Amino acid sequence: MQNFAQYADWAYLVGAILFILTLRGLSSPTTAVAGNRYGMFGMALAVVATFFVAPNPAMLLIVVAMVLGAIIGLYRARTVPMTQMPETVAMMHSLVGMSAVLIAVAAVLNPDTNFSTVFRFELFIGCFVGAITFTASVIAWGKLSAKLAAKPLKGIWVKPTQAILFFAMLGFGAHYFIADSLQSFLIMTAIALVFGYFWIAPIGGGDMPVVVSLLNSLSGWAAAGIGFTLSNSMLIIAGSLVGSSGAILSYIMCKAMNRSLLNVLFGGFGASASAAGGGDDGVEKNYKSGSAEDAAFMMANADSVVIVPGYGLAQARAQNAVKELATVLKEQGVTVRYAIHPVAGRMPGHMNVLLAEADVPYEDVCEMEEINSDFASTDVVLVIGANDVVNPAAKDDPTSPIYGMPILEANRARTIMVIKRSMSPGYAGLDNDLFYMDKTMMIFGDAKKVLEEMVKGVTGGGH
Amino acid sequence: MNELTQSVEQAVGVPFVAVFTIFVLAIYVGYYVVWSVTPALHTPLMAVTNAVSSIIVVGAMLQTITFNGEITLTTILGAIAVFLASINIFGGFAVTDRMLDMFKKKK
Repeated sequence: MQNFAQYADWAYLVGAILFILTLRGLSSPTTAVAGNRYGMFGMALAVVATFFVAPNPAMLLIVVAMVLGAIIGLYRARTVPMTQMPETVAMMHSLVGMSAVLIAVAAVLNPDTNFSTVFRFELFIGCFVGAITFTASVIAWGKLSAKLAAKPLKGIWVKPTQAILFFAMLGFGAHYFIADSLQSFLIMTAIALVFGYFWIAPIGGGDMPVVVSLLNSLSGWAAAGIGFTLSNSMLIIAGSLVGSSGAILSYIMCKAMNRSLLNVLFGGFGASASAAGGGDDGVEKNYKSGSAEDAAFMMANADSVVIVPGYGLAQARAQNAVKELATVLKEQGVTVRYAIHPVAGRMPGHMNVLLAEADVPYEDVCEMEEINSDFASTDVVLVIGANDVVNPAAKDDPTSPIYGMPILEANRARTIMVIKRSMSPGYAGLDNDLFYMDKTMMIFGDAKKVLEEMVKGVTGGGH
Repeated sequence: MNELTQSVEQAVGVPFVAVFTIFVLAIYVGYYVVWSVTPALHTPLMAVTNAVSSIIVVGAMLQTITFNGEITLTTILGAIAVFLASINIFGGFAVTDRMLDMFKKKK
């Protein structure tokens, strides 16, 4: 066995390169599948190499644990509906966090561990990052899957509690570091777990895309921290890759909402929005509403249609209906494209996956930057279940809470159609001037039903 | 600080700065590689990075060891960590594969 151990580091190097290729492959859907295979191979290589370097591994126990994990993981991967991906990813983050905690505690109890001071420092970081990731992800999972109330935890006591817990955690961590006290280590871990709850509970459900990205990053740093402890280059590299990936996604999400990360984490958005939104009330504004048949007729006679889907589309399970509408419109010679705002779903890229699941061609789906300049020359924009991402106030009204947020400029199209259940405002609690424009037609009803009626209207009108 | 770096070098036989160099360079690689990921694939990116960060299983395996043939609390905790990380590894890669397949089949 020991003869192979000297080659383990080479295996880890190859594994790390394969992981880099995995992320590199995701630059295009055509290379991504191969990239994912590289990742699997890299992981297998690392696991096999570790069997050779571990001193007296409990083989049977490891294999049984892996097989059980594989069964659960593969079952979940096959069956999870794509609408539930955000909470599934949050759940997976919590597993990485919990693993990091268990490894750290196991290492502290391990009589063979060499407790140098640096080792204790790294262990303490890996453990508390893991613990925070665990409880924070469980809360995020609860909010995303609607098992917990999406409403933020509020009160003047929240911030002091966060601060006290945070400093208590650091204090016990420092005591462990100096005195090598097992008790302090366990107390620190327990406080970190509680802190994870108080950190995420005050953040509203609408901000969960940022939180999930941030926890993605944290789970990576936890892995890198454990990598430092074990002086294992592959753990450090893989952890850093994931850490920077999550950080970039958090940045993209924040930018798409025109907010800073600190504002998401420590400032309540709901409070400022309701205060500023109050001024709009009292003025009755007129809007035009129309039937699905009228809308279908107009779209069938248009040259170009851009569909703007929001999360409301997924809630109404109308992805297939929208794809069908696009197909029949294309048969009439209409150019149909989709415009996706970065925060259209419940996590980065969520809407793209939901459309891909409904067999919408990848080429038809455009990002915000690609399509914004085309709206002015578009005949019809069809907004389905989206609100704030097409609100012109973000560009025109400096008093609006969402002022400065990049939007899809649907208001510049010749005709705008909006499918909505009612005139109730969106998640930010804001009224949307787009709905009251002269060229806007509101179509009220369940998105799926309306879309199905539109399909009938288009096919009926063509013959 | 000198004392700290010396002790870790004794413990693992690798200069601390060498390990730290790997860490810093890996962040740079991650930064450039992730910016090249197309926004349409950000959800698969999150799923696959989950699987990748489950490389933590290596650390778990190194704790799932027997001491003079005996199973201790360390062994048990390590085994539970192997179990949790394995859910993520298999689940993460498999669900990414499933999603990428959706993007591919139209071609």
